[in-house]
Amino acid sequence: MLAAGDGGSFHTPTLADFFPSAILFEGTPFEINRITLVRFVATFVLLTVFVLAARRARLVPGRFQGGVEMLLDFVRVQIVEEIIGKKTARRHTPLLTIMFVTILAFNITGIVPGLNIAGSGVIGFPILLALVAYVAFIVAGVRAQGGAHFLKSSLFPSGVPWPIYFILTPIEIISTFVLRPATLAIRLLVNMVAGHLLLVLCFAATHFLFLEAAGALKAVGAVTLAAGFAFSAFEIFIAALQAYIFVLLTAVYINLSEEAH
Amino acid sequence: MDITTLAALEGNIATIGYGLAALGPGIGLGIMVAKTQEATARQPEVAGALRTNMFIALAAIEALGLIGFAAGFVF
Repeated sequence: MLAAGDGGSFHTPTLADFFPSAILFEGTPFEINRITLVRFVATFVLLTVFVLAARRARLVPGRFQGGVEMLLDFVRVQIVEEIIGKKTARRHTPLLTIMFVTILAFNITGIVPGLNIAGSGVIGFPILLALVAYVAFIVAGVRAQGGAHFLKSSLFPSGVPWPIYFILTPIEIISTFVLRPATLAIRLLVNMVAGHLLLVLCFAATHFLFLEAAGALKAVGAVTLAAGFAFSAFEIFIAALQAYIFVLLTAVYINLSEEAH
Repeated sequence: MDITTLAALEGNIATIGYGLAALGPGIGLGIMVAKTQEATARQPEVAGALRTNMFIALAAIEALGLIGFAAGFVF
């Protein structure tokens, strides 16, 4: 009834929201539209936070530096050391920390009031980070086990009778070398797209119900407004959770590559 | 209007396809997380290892749901 799209002035959110009109350099690969600007803002904020925290780093940190250190410790202890183990943790911590804070910053712009679109809501950024994770776990595997042995241990897992390999190895090829980066990218993208569409739906419905609906329906506008606030809080949680899952899965893939079977 | 058309529906079947695709992973994730919680409650000291395996399985199960979502756009 409401979201049917033919209610005159109620505009349902569509995927066109993620392809806004270009602001600069239209038609070139360097086209700047609203989402690119949002990404610039997020990057600028991220760099500012870290430069300020590291600028005059003290041994006993103040509140701001302590907060940033808590974030870095979270990634190092809860993700890297717990999954990969302390031996190779040092090598992988920088990459995983950068991925975590970048994804978190780009996700959280989805609920920031002026920005209202997640920087990771278009396929380019998730694909880029999935490729980085892909290269990371392959390089980790090759470095730990050698090229041929890495392929053998991941595609021909030990402990199965040899005829099973005819079915198992194609499945393993697709699962390890195709599905891992693809699902990393799609999971992040779809979560951000769905969250944005949900939020737009809630607030557009509130606008429509308060301003243009007949008498009794206006009360429903209060419900959709409350739902908008609830979903915004939920989206903050999802932003952090998706960053955590992305980095955790990358760490798990790196760990699986490094463990010699 | 021809007399053989009794009713007509319009829309994208991808929405039904995704709805069906979300059934399996939904049930699978529910069972998996429930079992992990149960096992953690029985033996809290192996919670870390259980959590790691849970996330590996999460990636595999969610892959099916995500492919269902993406297939609607590809085909």
